[in-house]
Amino acid sequence: MIDTLRLTAEEAAALLERRELSAAELHAAYLDAIRARDGELHAYLRTVDEPDADGVPVALKDLICTRGVETTAGSRILAGYVPPYDATVATRCRAARLSFLGKTNMDEFAMGSSTENSGFGPTRNPWDPDRVPGGSSGGSAAAVAAGLAPWALGSDTGGSIKQPAALCGVVGLRPTYGTVSRYGIVAFASSLDQIGPIAKTVRDCALLYRIIAGRDPCDTTTVDLPESVELPETEHLRGLRVGVPRELNEAEGIEPGVTEAVNRAVELARELGADVSECELPRSVEYGLSCYYLIAPAEASSNLARYDGVRYGLRSETNGDTRAMYERTRHDGFGDEPKRRIMLGAYALSAGYYEAFYGQAQKVRTLIRREHDALFERFDVLLSPTSPTVAFRLGERTENPLAMYLSDVLTIPSNLAGLPGLSIPCGLSEGLPVGLQLIGRQFAENALFRVGHALERALAFGYVPSRLRDGGAV
Amino acid sequence: MGPVAFSETFERIWTMAISREEVRHVARLARLELSEDELARFGGQLDAILEAVGKVGELDLSGVEPTAHPLDLVNVWSDDEPRGSLSVAEVLANAPDSEDTFFRVPPA
Repeated sequence: MIDTLRLTAEEAAALLERRELSAAELHAAYLDAIRARDGELHAYLRTVDEPDADGVPVALKDLICTRGVETTAGSRILAGYVPPYDATVATRCRAARLSFLGKTNMDEFAMGSSTENSGFGPTRNPWDPDRVPGGSSGGSAAAVAAGLAPWALGSDTGGSIKQPAALCGVVGLRPTYGTVSRYGIVAFASSLDQIGPIAKTVRDCALLYRIIAGRDPCDTTTVDLPESVELPETEHLRGLRVGVPRELNEAEGIEPGVTEAVNRAVELARELGADVSECELPRSVEYGLSCYYLIAPAEASSNLARYDGVRYGLRSETNGDTRAMYERTRHDGFGDEPKRRIMLGAYALSAGYYEAFYGQAQKVRTLIRREHDALFERFDVLLSPTSPTVAFRLGERTENPLAMYLSDVLTIPSNLAGLPGLSIPCGLSEGLPVGLQLIGRQFAENALFRVGHALERALAFGYVPSRLRDGGAV
Repeated sequence: MGPVAFSETFERIWTMAISREEVRHVARLARLELSEDELARFGGQLDAILEAVGKVGELDLSGVEPTAHPLDLVNVWSDDEPRGSLSVAEVLANAPDSEDTFFRVPPA
């Protein structure tokens, strides 16, 4: 019997290595778990029933193109789209002999923080099915938390890996912009989108990151890693300078239970030997959200222009001309959130408004970069909550787009600066997981892994959702 | 236009409400059909969002360079090596309608 709720990817690899288990048995164990639990959770949009490799299985967010396997990015406008090629990250997973378990649910085009914007129905949180798993990589995070995949890939534009990892009590890495190829990824906001791993442990995250990272000739924004990925071993933090930015830790709307859990983790970092002190990020937090909600929609309005009913996906028939077909197809195929962002972006880029909105936001982005750069002259890692709140109830924020946008207020600033961020679970509040955000300087993933691993060991967070702890094995 | 007039124009843009006609115009620019109900609903939501993002107007950013991209990469070159590409059949396989080697659309 394989306990998929507790088995880490590293352990699974060891079992395969020692031939105590075959890859087919391992793959089948996850499919059994999916059959048992995914009816309730809806973490997957579709599964791959036969393993196509002899390694550890992996789940892929549905915006990663997979040759011969439908890829929709959670949108009805792409229903039925079967890519004729693999995304580079999929190619790299295949090269590492990972078998594909399936494609995970997500907010449509990665626009959202709850996975409720999926065109195919929401995903539910394994800790409490009345609550959201976060988003947009909610399917990937829920799958890992519920033992429906040992690890998964997600994507993060404004916080779409870190925030669902936090809400589901698992570990998620948003890598430095440019370290992971975006070739074959359904694009949302190209200057911000990054693919990254979600797993139960920091070491698993490091292992999967090692597989997918590195320069890709098909994506000219990628670079070679300046240092190779190291699996973290040490359990102390001596010699490490940790900053605690006041604005990220005291922002309006942070729940007291979240602050409490994060403060305990910060205290623990000090006990492990880190040199911890307070610092400031005044403008990054105050202006980050406004800056992001101009830049990301502007890029989205351009990227989503390609869905026109001509080359792939949905086409709505009209009695009119080509233009009428475009307009009807986009009306029928896009959900509300992409429509809002397309219009917001088109407005921010339109004649007369470009400089005031988009131009100004790009300059704010420069300030945010500089503020972070200055802090990293004094610190190696910054700590804060990942999300201001624990998992919220389905429907709670769907009627108010701005309330939903605030879910990412703490993850957005470092994303705009192109910095890597890791979220690890650091405790419970109201019985639900709290995420600790670790931010590093560009290409400092190894430092994040080291700090994350040491804290993870010291925190000893039980990552199996409490309601699944009995009888988890299938 | 001098700097004062320039910033006054911005000030107006950051604080003005978006009209129903502008929402309609933007939807047309974005090739998005919207019903009257949707125009009203999205109009109200866009107004609230624009009011929030107009906050970027509070900062004096004269002399600050814009950031288009988080990495300082300039002119990334690659060798000019021909590679295989997808076949026409593969490319057309996902098309809602096609004829011979073409995508087919309703007459303009």
